[in-house]
Amino acid sequence: MMLSTKLPIGDVMEEIIQWMTVNFAGFFEGMKQGLSQLISGFQSLLNAIPVFLFILLFVFLAWWVAGKGIAIFTGLGLILIHNLLLWKQTMQTLALVSTSTLIALMIGLPLGILMSQNDITYKIIRPILDFMQTMPAFVYLIPAVYFFDLGTVPGAVATIIFAMPPIVRLTNLGIRQVPKDIIEASKSFGSTPFQLLFKVQIPLAIPTVLAGLNQTIMLSLSMVVISAMIGAEGLGNIVLQGITQMKIGKGFEGGLAVVIIAMILDRITQCLGNENPKTGKMFIRNLRTKKKNKSLRGGI
Amino acid sequence: MPIIEVKNLYKIFGSSPKQVIPLLEKGESKSSILKKYKHGIGVNKASFQVEKGEIFVVMGLSGSGKSTLLRCLNRLIEPSSGEVYIDGEDITKIDVVNLREVRRKKIAMVFQNFALLPHKTVQENVAFGLEIQGVKFEERMDKALKMLELVGLKGYANVKPKELSGGMQQRVGLARALATDAQILLMDEAFSALDPLIRKDMQNELLSLQSKMKKTIVFITHDLDEALRIGDRIAIMKDGTIVQIGTSEEILHNPANDYVREFTQNVNRTKIVSAASIMRFAESITLEKAGLRTAAKKMNDLGISSLFVTDKENVLLGAVTIDEVSRMLREQKGDLREIIDKDVCTVEPDASIDLIITEFLKSKYPIAVVDSDNKLEGIVFKSTVLSGIAGEGGGEHDA
Ligand SMILES: Nc1ncnc2c1ncn2[C@@H]1O[C@H](COP(=O)(O)OP(=O)(O)OP(=O)(O)O)[C@@H](O)[C@H]1O
Ligand SMILES: [Mg+2]
Repeated sequence: MMLSTKLPIGDVMEEIIQWMTVNFAGFFEGMKQGLSQLISGFQSLLNAIPVFLFILLFVFLAWWVAGKGIAIFTGLGLILIHNLLLWKQTMQTLALVSTSTLIALMIGLPLGILMSQNDITYKIIRPILDFMQTMPAFVYLIPAVYFFDLGTVPGAVATIIFAMPPIVRLTNLGIRQVPKDIIEASKSFGSTPFQLLFKVQIPLAIPTVLAGLNQTIMLSLSMVVISAMIGAEGLGNIVLQGITQMKIGKGFEGGLAVVIIAMILDRITQCLGNENPKTGKMFIRNLRTKKKNKSLRGGI
Repeated sequence: MPIIEVKNLYKIFGSSPKQVIPLLEKGESKSSILKKYKHGIGVNKASFQVEKGEIFVVMGLSGSGKSTLLRCLNRLIEPSSGEVYIDGEDITKIDVVNLREVRRKKIAMVFQNFALLPHKTVQENVAFGLEIQGVKFEERMDKALKMLELVGLKGYANVKPKELSGGMQQRVGLARALATDAQILLMDEAFSALDPLIRKDMQNELLSLQSKMKKTIVFITHDLDEALRIGDRIAIMKDGTIVQIGTSEEILHNPANDYVREFTQNVNRTKIVSAASIMRFAESITLEKAGLRTAAKKMNDLGISSLFVTDKENVLLGAVTIDEVSRMLREQKGDLREIIDKDVCTVEPDASIDLIITEFLKSKYPIAVVDSDNKLEGIVFKSTVLSGIAGEGGGEHDA
């Protein structure tokens, strides 16, 4: 059935945004302050670490979690970025990504848990996630600018919205995937819903949640260039300058740095959920149960 | 008072189970209710009692409602109607807090696929029930270690479950259930995922634990051999209904209907196992060579209370009992010959177990297996007969 007049969806949306800008000004101002402090906090932390120490730390982390190959790549990649004089922008980008990921986690984990608890919450949250994920990322930039002006903060907000869905989805999935008989076993020993969630479902969901974390980090990195369009600082800005000033070389160097960072973060976070080939344990759990365990085999 | 008492229990899957109950009362079948009213029948008017210390086996074909029935006992599945008394308390009426208390203290469960927590060590898994109860770390880990010792896995405390074989994992599952000191154990096809040899080991293990711990066990299986081996009583289910409850003998020899008969015949070994296949070497004494003292010593050494006597051709003469022999020794007179009891039941090597069982009804002694010349070939004990039915060659026995 065709309507003769166009529905004013766009107009209504504009009205809503306008209205929110006016009526929630205080809220948005507070959020802006908070976010910008968090970002600059991360930034000064990252900048406080001497370059060579930073590289060393990352190489060590990569080696411990992901092995020798990734460690070598990490070392060379970071040295190259330093050599290209992109260190400062890289740290800015990392601060933005860390902030966005942290907040996406803080909102996404509880949301994912909520989503997993029953089918009603699932049915409510799922379409919202679909919307967040498929709406072209550029579209977030406009209201973000409305609420937070230009700069890094609206960039972070757009990034958070864009990057949050995977962590929500995969937290939900991880919890729902816990085998039915393990849930039954836990209940049969008299666990409360709270004990079931925190002693059984969440621990068993961790590998899946980590896969979500990995995707969230990757998505927030991919927003870096886009959010540079509304004034976010960092590597995206370099790429954007390359585009607007037609400097192919500069744009390429900025892009290369993004790729290097993306690969390092991807490989390291991917391996967090994997099992250590030597001990057969997950790294993330390794932190807790490191000391004991000589593995015994045999018997029946 | 029975420790578990189930009265008129129904479990119907669907949107309005209460409306389906009258239809079941009228005798409408499971399949027609599924077709016409889109309701599944899990359990249909089950009533039974389990005494303290008993192993109560529930068996039936796939889909007959065994798991559903079992889960109604701790309300992992909410019954649609009926009463379930645990220790005299109707648990269908209690609230969630009290239900959790019952699950923590009174009923523990063992699962077909072990259902161990992969992120915890074996010891932590065993301690899980106590952890849920809020028992302090040291205390519950101590208890867990004791339980692991009990099931023979002490050295594996710090290993993750998946590093263990299936049989060992189920021992962990068993230890976890024992750790809470619950009197009732629910076991849903606990050994079905194990291969036959290990399965038999686990059955033995369960029986030996049971002789020490005297739990009340509701054990589900669809394997008749297993049911006969471990069950004190067996309930047979069909389409949600319990069609017969009885001891192994009752089930085997007086099947309530064709369903049970077919069920038992498929696996019934009484027809195919012969005396020769289950008999064991017969300890005996030769009359010409032995006296009272030899007989007494032999029975003492072997720890048995009666002994067959043969002549030097190995022809069976009868049996003597330790009581008679010691009486003669005390009175310091007489001769072995005087106390030989000729009233010994004998069967031929190709006799069926059916026949042997009827012989046992009249016999004071184990059954002697003799050839056509009445020469002693072997001996069959009562316990051998049962394990013979259950598909095993026999174990250690006394006469
Ligand atoms: N959650 C459920 N919803 C609807 N029907 C169910 C549900 N659970 C079980 N049923 C039905 O109830 C009946 C009994 O199932 P149950 O699992 O108790 O059988 P079972 O005897 O344990 O079988 P098996 O030997 O295969 O484990 C089956 O017809 C099954 O389809
Ligand atoms: Mg079942």
